[in-house]
Amino acid sequence: MTAAPAGTAGTALLDVRHVRKVYEGAGRSVEAVRDLTFGVAAGEFACIVGPSGAGKTTLLKCVAGLLGCTGGEVVLEGARVTGPPPGMAVVFQEYGRSLFPWMTVRQNVELPLKERRVPKARRRELVDEALDAVGLGEARHAHPWQLSGGMQQRVAIARAVAYEPHVLLMDEPFAAVDAQTRADLEDLVRDLWKRLGVTVLFVTHDIDESVYLGQRVIVLSNSPTVVLEEVAVDLPAERDQLATRSDPRFAELRARVYKLVQQAKSGHRPGTGDA
Amino acid sequence: MSALGLLRRAALLLAVPALLVAAWWLLTAGSTDFFWPPLSQILGAFDDTWFHGRFTRDVLPSVGRLLAGYLLALVIGVGLGTAIGSVRTLRALLEPVLEFFRAIPPPVLVPILMLFAGIGTGMKILVIVSGCVWPVLLNTVEGVRALDEVLGDTARCYRMRPHSRYVHLVLRGASPQIAAGARQALSIGIILMVISEMFAAGDGVGFTIVQFQRGFAIPQMWTGIILLGLIGVVLSLLFQLVESWALRWYTGLRGSEREG
Ligand SMILES: Nc1ncnc2c1ncn2[C@@H]1O[C@H](COP(=O)(O)OP(=O)(O)OP(=O)(O)O)[C@@H](O)[C@H]1O
Ligand SMILES: [Mg+2]
Repeated sequence: MTAAPAGTAGTALLDVRHVRKVYEGAGRSVEAVRDLTFGVAAGEFACIVGPSGAGKTTLLKCVAGLLGCTGGEVVLEGARVTGPPPGMAVVFQEYGRSLFPWMTVRQNVELPLKERRVPKARRRELVDEALDAVGLGEARHAHPWQLSGGMQQRVAIARAVAYEPHVLLMDEPFAAVDAQTRADLEDLVRDLWKRLGVTVLFVTHDIDESVYLGQRVIVLSNSPTVVLEEVAVDLPAERDQLATRSDPRFAELRARVYKLVQQAKSGHRPGTGDA
Repeated sequence: MSALGLLRRAALLLAVPALLVAAWWLLTAGSTDFFWPPLSQILGAFDDTWFHGRFTRDVLPSVGRLLAGYLLALVIGVGLGTAIGSVRTLRALLEPVLEFFRAIPPPVLVPILMLFAGIGTGMKILVIVSGCVWPVLLNTVEGVRALDEVLGDTARCYRMRPHSRYVHLVLRGASPQIAAGARQALSIGIILMVISEMFAAGDGVGFTIVQFQRGFAIPQMWTGIILLGLIGVVLSLLFQLVESWALRWYTGLRGSEREG
């Protein structure tokens, strides 16, 4: 095969193709995701918004190779995802439960590097850098349960960052922190993204957050889920909590995404005409 | 902790045992009942009974068999328990059988085990294993099953290798339940140590106590019972030491959950 596959741009690092997921329970099956298709380019920051229960977590787990798709496929860097691929880090929605309580903050961040057999000196460097970046240098010897929710969240982010992933998946990572911490963490993630050149797929139900963070917002319909619409965020690359959020263009985009999510909640689906 | 605080703790710890000993002492002082000799007489016989040959001849073999059986039961229980806890079909298949075996009082196994394991050291250790393994096994299964699935996903996503997954996730995660099972197993083990020596043995604390009882050496018999109690206390203290070290994180976690 010499030609690039038709339909896809060929530059997409991550390709989600007609993904469908049906949970088979005892006598009951739930079609969480019906048909999702989208691509994320290398180095892109893409946000996914959708109503609660739309299947955002389900989608992320399929992309991460933690769940098998019922139909369709996820292709990452040209290879079909059948299990957790190397070079991918995930920050889970239940971040507190994703930290090992019997390890210190430092050990938690270091563990994935040990598994990757990173040499000790380099490991120390990466861990220290990541913990400093999230402002947790002082807490490295604490255990996760000695930290506040926001700090635990930052440990989970530091662990993902220290891993030096090509792709970073984040599932409503700031849902449980206060507004100020949230703003700080948003800027932190933007910063890390710009510095490391990592591809980010960021799930949130917060419309403002999706517009503030992303280069593109993918709006999902409600369950059974399809892509309702994609909104390109044409804001300047340099974002600032005050300036960006008071930009008239920000307000427009925000209103656009807001309307789409409202439509999604009321059951609107693409190709079915009006809302 | 201040010196005064330490003193207070020691007083709290020792108050009830001291009262009980005092009561025993007073109630039996001047007793002429053959089966209830004065405590002073029992304590007087203690040194002579146990520390002139019997310690190495009877006590050490008993404790040795206990530790061998107990540790073997831990290894088997944790090994099988993690396997059964991790594999759902295995669990569904084995759980009813396990409950059945757990329900059998281990002492009744002694005559059966004697039939095909003889009456030597092997049989005694086997008896201890056969009783100790169940609480460890069942608690381990429970602990592994209760592992947080988010942690499991985390381990997969960061591609933890099977060996470190087993050590750092499965064993550590199930360790509170494993410890609970091991604690139950320890007291069962002491009971079985004595019972295994009562049927057919040539040495051991249980064997010696039965000998004393048959020879109507009543004060000596009582010293044996006290010695068993002391062995139990020492082992349980050692256990607590290891447990509190291995489960520091768990104690802290529980504490922070209570506050939060
Ligand atoms: N393990 C599971 N078994 C059966 N059904 C499930 C399972 N996990 C999720 N679902 C169902 O799939 C649908 C989508 O769930 P999912 O968690 O992906 O939604 P979400 O978009 O992440 O929601 P939220 O914003 O609340 O986190 C829901 O209807 C949910 O009940
Ligand atoms: Mg979710």
